[in-house]
Amino acid sequence: MAQVPEDLGYTEEHEYVRSTESADEVQVGITDYAQSELGDVVYVELPTVGDSFERMDVFGTIEAVKAVSDLYCPISGEVVAVNGALDDDPSLVNSDPYGEGWMIRLRARDPSEMDSLLAPDAYRSLIEE
Amino acid sequence: MSLVPFPFKSGTTPTIFERSQPGRTGTAMTRPDVPTRPLPELIPQRHLRASPPRLPEVPEHEVVRHYTEISLKNHHVDRALYPLGSCTMKHNPKVNEQLARLSGFAGLHPFTPVGAVQGALGLMYELGQLLVEIAGMDACSLQPAAGAQGELTGVLLMRAYHQSRGEAGRRRVLIPDSAHGTNPATVALAGFEVVELKSNEAGRLSVRALREALDDRVAGLMLTNPNTLGVFESAILEISELVHQAGGLMYMDGANLNALTGVARPGDMGYDIVHFNLHKTFSTPHGGGGPGAGPVAVRSHLEPFLPMPTVAADGGGYVLDWDRPLSIGRVHGFYGNFGVLVRAYTFIRMLGRSGIREMAEAAVLNNAYLSARLEERFPLPYGRGMHESVFSGTELKRRTGVKTLDVAKRLLDYGFHAPTVYFPLIVSEALMTEPTETETKEELDRYVEALLSIAAEAEEDPEIVTAAPHVTPVRRLDEGRAGRELDVRWHFPGEPREG
Repeated sequence: MAQVPEDLGYTEEHEYVRSTESADEVQVGITDYAQSELGDVVYVELPTVGDSFERMDVFGTIEAVKAVSDLYCPISGEVVAVNGALDDDPSLVNSDPYGEGWMIRLRARDPSEMDSLLAPDAYRSLIEE
Repeated sequence: MSLVPFPFKSGTTPTIFERSQPGRTGTAMTRPDVPTRPLPELIPQRHLRASPPRLPEVPEHEVVRHYTEISLKNHHVDRALYPLGSCTMKHNPKVNEQLARLSGFAGLHPFTPVGAVQGALGLMYELGQLLVEIAGMDACSLQPAAGAQGELTGVLLMRAYHQSRGEAGRRRVLIPDSAHGTNPATVALAGFEVVELKSNEAGRLSVRALREALDDRVAGLMLTNPNTLGVFESAILEISELVHQAGGLMYMDGANLNALTGVARPGDMGYDIVHFNLHKTFSTPHGGGGPGAGPVAVRSHLEPFLPMPTVAADGGGYVLDWDRPLSIGRVHGFYGNFGVLVRAYTFIRMLGRSGIREMAEAAVLNNAYLSARLEERFPLPYGRGMHESVFSGTELKRRTGVKTLDVAKRLLDYGFHAPTVYFPLIVSEALMTEPTETETKEELDRYVEALLSIAAEAEEDPEIVTAAPHVTPVRRLDEGRAGRELDVRWHFPGEPREG
């Protein structure tokens, strides 16, 4: 059963959003369910620091043995950090999607967009369908 | 039965550029038989290089040795079984090559007047007729250069047909979720909208899902038959009737035609358009960057839209028919990849009517044998397919941690090409094999023993499998990065890598 931590927000496209110690900054990655559906991740293409995205813009792509998928930006904002470790070891997305396998850190343009994310329960019922 | 690792040539091979020494040559050029003129008289100066390209300077025998060595590091169908599912990697008979190299074919210039190439046009005409007969269609274009281009041609035919009837609003193409990725890609490229249809629990297109999706926005249905699971779409007559009633067209991706030739015809199933992969079903060489061919055949109501020119019979001779006002136009320079057509024609004529049927029967029989021997260790979620089967490695992965990808890599050590893996998407840990009619029982047994041996290794010593391949010239490569940071150009020492 895929893990759906209680302290995260989710999208229907299987990204998660984690609040950080900084009020307007969030960490974004893909969920445990997403990584298990994709299978072995072989490449993650991420944006560069300073890029800015609207909500649901494609911010990168993820390539697994099965398929290549787009990554959608859960909220609008500017990229303040990317996880360079994925360049050398994309399998971190598989082994630790909510930790070492994080993807980008965003400065939210409109923190109220956080309210549009799915709560853990809602995401859980989405993936159980 | 003992299985020994396959002897690939080991170590790295220097590139042909590294074998180069200034001044070495391989051939003596003969004196030209036409007057020579300075290059700038023929090509404007601005298009000429300032300095000649640094081509490798190597004597002939070094060139031969170089490429022979590389071929020993490669796997190919002339070496052993190549069970890549949905690719029909059959033997390419050498007689095909012999005929394609006849100087009357190989030396043809595409601008040769029609009256002087009646033999070549006759071959194209007859090949079109043979394909039309095999598929139960009415007319054919040999122009498309590959399966994917055949698909695009087919979808453009669909578009032209609906436009001609004032139904340009039909913009949706229905595609089952088991389909090959080129189907939705083609539809998107042609400017249509993809609507995905669910397969049912038997791995067939769900007729209920089809009914729900059909309306006056639907341009057609793309359906491979047998489908990518190797399963025959047994409701095909009902499916095509429903699609036709809704005003749509039926398109068959001919990827799996090898299961049907001489036994059942797409035209009789209600298809309006079908493309052929000559490199699959009709034994022309596969890819590798070389030329291919993906002819498209249609029923008569789509014939006016076929790419032009077509080859037509005209009072005992053959002509190129350019008088086709409704044609979608050219899809290839000149008339397609003619050399490939010669090979496919040779193959069909060598087999003849009964041979074409035996081909499909043997392909299905070989796969039934392979499936029966493997299904205990590698379950078949959708049962045995016709000419190919999709096994699942889920159970093996759960028990041992060994994934289908690892099994595929380990097969290389046993001297086989890997099967198709992780496709179709609806089978988890999919491992899809297609033996084709070519292989002997002994070769199939060797392959089965290899897979069973790998399954045993996974139980006893999974690391042998997860760390495979062990005896290939290179081990696991960073395929993700290789595809994105492609660098295939030789950089001379001291030369900057940019530019």
